[in-house]
Amino acid sequence: MNSQTLYHYSLYYWVKQLHQSPLDVSNSLCWEGVEKGSQTLDNERERVEAIVGEYGASRDSLISVLQDIQSALHYLPEHALRTVASQLSLPLIQVYGVATFFKAFSLKPRGEHIVNVCLGTACHVRGAPAVLDEVKRRLGIEPGETTEDMKFTLETVNCLGACALGPIVVIDGNYHGQMLLGKVKKVLREIERRTQRDETHE
Amino acid sequence: MVELTIDGIKTKVLEGTTVLEAAKEMGIVIPTLCYHPGLSPYGACRVCIVEVVKGNRSSLEASCTLPAEQAQVILTNSDKVRKTRKVIVELLLASCPNSKTLQDMAANMGINKVRFKIKDRGCILCGLCVRYCNEQMKSGGIGFVGRGTSRRVATAFDVTPEECRNCGGCEWICPVCERACTAGNLIDGLCGGCQNLVPVETCPICTGCSESVGPHGHKVY
Ligand code: SF4
Ligand code: FES
Ligand code: FES
Repeated sequence: MNSQTLYHYSLYYWVKQLHQSPLDVSNSLCWEGVEKGSQTLDNERERVEAIVGEYGASRDSLISVLQDIQSALHYLPEHALRTVASQLSLPLIQVYGVATFFKAFSLKPRGEHIVNVCLGTACHVRGAPAVLDEVKRRLGIEPGETTEDMKFTLETVNCLGACALGPIVVIDGNYHGQMLLGKVKKVLREIERRTQRDETHE
Repeated sequence: MVELTIDGIKTKVLEGTTVLEAAKEMGIVIPTLCYHPGLSPYGACRVCIVEVVKGNRSSLEASCTLPAEQAQVILTNSDKVRKTRKVIVELLLASCPNSKTLQDMAANMGINKVRFKIKDRGCILCGLCVRYCNEQMKSGGIGFVGRGTSRRVATAFDVTPEECRNCGGCEWICPVCERACTAGNLIDGLCGGCQNLVPVETCPICTGCSESVGPHGHKVY
């Protein structure tokens, strides 16, 4: 076979393939949406569009847009990333790359409260593993998971730079130093009480 | 024009030229992995390191991203360079033991044993495929995902991107020749090379010489 036929051959296959498999984006539809029912999904979409709309089409605002979506929805759904990519005319992979690079972003739904247990060296020797076990037991989840009522997400970090206060647990940006097993209970209770109060207020 | 000394030979190059290009012009070979003349320099693999001498001291720098400067003194093959380069290739080899390119490079440098724990990751994160997709194909279908030890080359949401034209460039340019092929877990596969091409001819007594056979490769025996 000479190179000419080879070329035609591959072109033929290429065209054939184009016809056979029109890119079906719908089968990559986000799994969260399926579970959540279409109403929440529509609501989410609207909020995402509102946020993206605020920023115009400047590429530099990528991280700010993602941050806003993250704090509004507690995660970055697939449709949001697609909207952002088309609005800022960036390749989707670039948006996805940024979203997976920073720990502040999450592609999975996260709870309202983020519980961060430090497992750095200093905290470790001061008993962080026991604290983590206690938090796991109380919330009934493993690190990286979210409680079913979408209230708490448990995560671990390696050193927050406040080793003198170890073992440290950070909840929603508030540092709770010198954690003891009993204190875990107190702190978590406190937060639950606060959210309940907020809810009744509303 | 700037004048610099590479391996004791004086040369003049245009401003903005990298040391690697200057050396290449003079016929001095510096091994590279993540450098490609058609793509922007990236400086990921560090195989191209050279010694930059400043008075009594010297530093090691990646020549592919190092701009040539006036009165710079460069050594491309000193003991220090060779020793360090060997360790770098050894490390790369530990993460991609099956790469022919890396194996050849190691053999040339006289490495016959890898002292590090071998963890086959199938990718050295050189970024060639990503830059090829971006800069040559103007597509931007693949990129780096995650960070740190979980950094990898992938497509968004691990599905074939709409931008992908199945050019197969990512496969072609990869010095490790395996990672970009994600046909196993993508809906259509990324490069599609295997779907586009007619079956590869082999000699009836194929010895696995890894040369391509047919129109541009060797004769079918
Ligand atoms: S897949 Fe290949 S070309 Fe792409 S970054 Fe990894 S080693 Fe480099
Ligand atoms: S180890 Fe926990 S803050 Fe440093
Ligand atoms: S070729 Fe220079 S760092 Fe890879």
